[in-house]
Amino acid sequence: MNAAPAVPPTARALARQRRRAALRHFWTAYRRDVEGMIGLVLMLGWVVLALTAPVLVDAESLRVTQASGPPLAAPSVDHPLGTDEDGRSLLALIIWGSRVSLLVGLAATVISMVIGTLVGVTAGHFRGRPGGLLDRVTDFFLVIPFLPLAIVLATVLRVRWPTVPQVIAVIVVIGITSWPGTARLVRAQAMAVEGRPYLERARALGGGHWHQIARHVLPNVLPVVFANTTLSVSLAILAETTLSFLGLGDPLRPSWGTVLDGAYSAGAISRGAWWWAIFPGVAVASTVLAFNLCGRATERILDPRLKGRA
Amino acid sequence: MASTATDADAAPGAQPGGGAPRRRLRAGTGRWVLRKLVGASLTLGFVLVFNFVLFRMMPGDPAKTFLRGRQANPERLAQLRDELGLDDPWPVQFGKYLRETLRGNLGDSWSQGNRPVVELIADRLWPTLLLSGTALVLAALVGIWLGARSGWRHGQAFDKGSTGVAIGLYSLPEWWLGLLLLLVFASPAGLNIFPGGGMTDPRGGVDPVLDTLWHLVLPCTTLTLVYIAQYALIMRSSVLDERYAEYLTTARAKGLRDDQVLTRHALPNALLPTLTLFFLSLGFVVSGAITVETVYSWPGLGLLSYEALSGPDIPLLQGLFLVFSVTVILMNLLADLLYPLLDPRVRLS
Repeated sequence: MNAAPAVPPTARALARQRRRAALRHFWTAYRRDVEGMIGLVLMLGWVVLALTAPVLVDAESLRVTQASGPPLAAPSVDHPLGTDEDGRSLLALIIWGSRVSLLVGLAATVISMVIGTLVGVTAGHFRGRPGGLLDRVTDFFLVIPFLPLAIVLATVLRVRWPTVPQVIAVIVVIGITSWPGTARLVRAQAMAVEGRPYLERARALGGGHWHQIARHVLPNVLPVVFANTTLSVSLAILAETTLSFLGLGDPLRPSWGTVLDGAYSAGAISRGAWWWAIFPGVAVASTVLAFNLCGRATERILDPRLKGRA
Repeated sequence: MASTATDADAAPGAQPGGGAPRRRLRAGTGRWVLRKLVGASLTLGFVLVFNFVLFRMMPGDPAKTFLRGRQANPERLAQLRDELGLDDPWPVQFGKYLRETLRGNLGDSWSQGNRPVVELIADRLWPTLLLSGTALVLAALVGIWLGARSGWRHGQAFDKGSTGVAIGLYSLPEWWLGLLLLLVFASPAGLNIFPGGGMTDPRGGVDPVLDTLWHLVLPCTTLTLVYIAQYALIMRSSVLDERYAEYLTTARAKGLRDDQVLTRHALPNALLPTLTLFFLSLGFVVSGAITVETVYSWPGLGLLSYEALSGPDIPLLQGLFLVFSVTVILMNLLADLLYPLLDPRVRLS
């Protein structure tokens, strides 16, 4: 071994060390947060269920023609959550639906995070005209009511590009309607970083915009973005459910919202089939709640001002 | 949302060179109002361009769509293209679109018997205002009460309970809450006492006002429950902010009872963020109930949007989108302009 303990660690190694320590610290604090742990367990439960769905439930049983159960059967031993109009087991529908709901929630969040971070960092770094223009665009998207915008975009996408799978369209629509919140957050953080001495030093040493952004602004902004992810996912899942309920979901890949749309359209309420309307909704609510609990716990730990308040 | 409030933290008394503070104040306010007006009109412009571009993006020949199904020879088509201005360059088309929109002509719907979009929207506006307006006022009142009480009694059972319920309600899609209420109160699986949808009983025979109120109960409760959460949470946090303020210590030292300290001293200050939220929500009154109206077949703008989706009825969708956006922009502007009247600290920032 030719170890050289006398050589001081590089700046990058130091930074990595510090980051690892911060993560460890965060986890120690998070583990002590009861609400946060409940949310985390619930969330992981759904993720595992979504990933193992093909093993748990035969996809064939979701086909209307292959359905085995009696139509509109109340919960029983054979069908623990009852069946829908076509005799499909609701348990199977919910387990498979979790894949679409979670996928849309995560993918849309990734899109909105990327756009939001790009816009936010650019607006925070290039003050003056370009930044001002970006602020205007962000304002526009913040002001326009979400659901009408999403409805119009989803409809236009569907009519204009009918061959694109509807799931993709829904992901894109939610992604490009929900980034402005992130952009605002990132911009504020980026502007705070812009004033720090190390950026002044980087500028003085002749660092270009790219260097300043990539080396100094982004690493300081990303923690804020990540801390915000879980809350964004819950909003995206709610949005997906709502769009699907309005009939804009993918009929080939049923999500929880699509199942609820089916229940409502088939008159499950007036026919007294409560299980058809309740269980998919419980799935939505518990998932959204799980992500919300995680997000709130993260906020509590990262923002000391909230201590002893929520 | 709270950005206007945090901007106001600059101390008003600390203006340097206090020669003519009054004059400066007025000039500052004027510029501020102007800036808000310009901002709102820019956003409005964005909406109009956006709406126009989206419409242009639709596939197919609009002239053919216009004739839908009817046989047309090429001459007739060309004439129609000319009439609709489809061969004009884009800027000219946009100019026409702007002129027609400002005149209040949003085109004819493709479904709904080809009636003018403006007429359809005007017909459906009142039910929406009735439903959302009632829900908004109820939610603000109950939410303020809940939030103030739980913030004041921070950490006690009432606080924990109501905050928990608020967060729970926040995690539900509002239309699913509507489905639940329907199941409990208007389904053979539950109590079946309220009507399952619509605004009036088609069979008639009852006093129309009472009948409408009776139909309003469930959708209004649903929306109120959804809105309460925000008000309660915001009110709670601003009461928490005020709780240890020095003026409250003074008020207590004067010997006021605890609830007097809350209602006379803490509440007026803590109400400001909630009032902002209220004004901002006014803009969403027309668009906020799309899904709830759908669930209850409440014949407002939300149900109209849902109906426009099957087809889809593009002109109607575009018109609705325009109306929804314009309302929000105007109400935001109103909130921005009213806020300095409510909170003098904002005027100088």
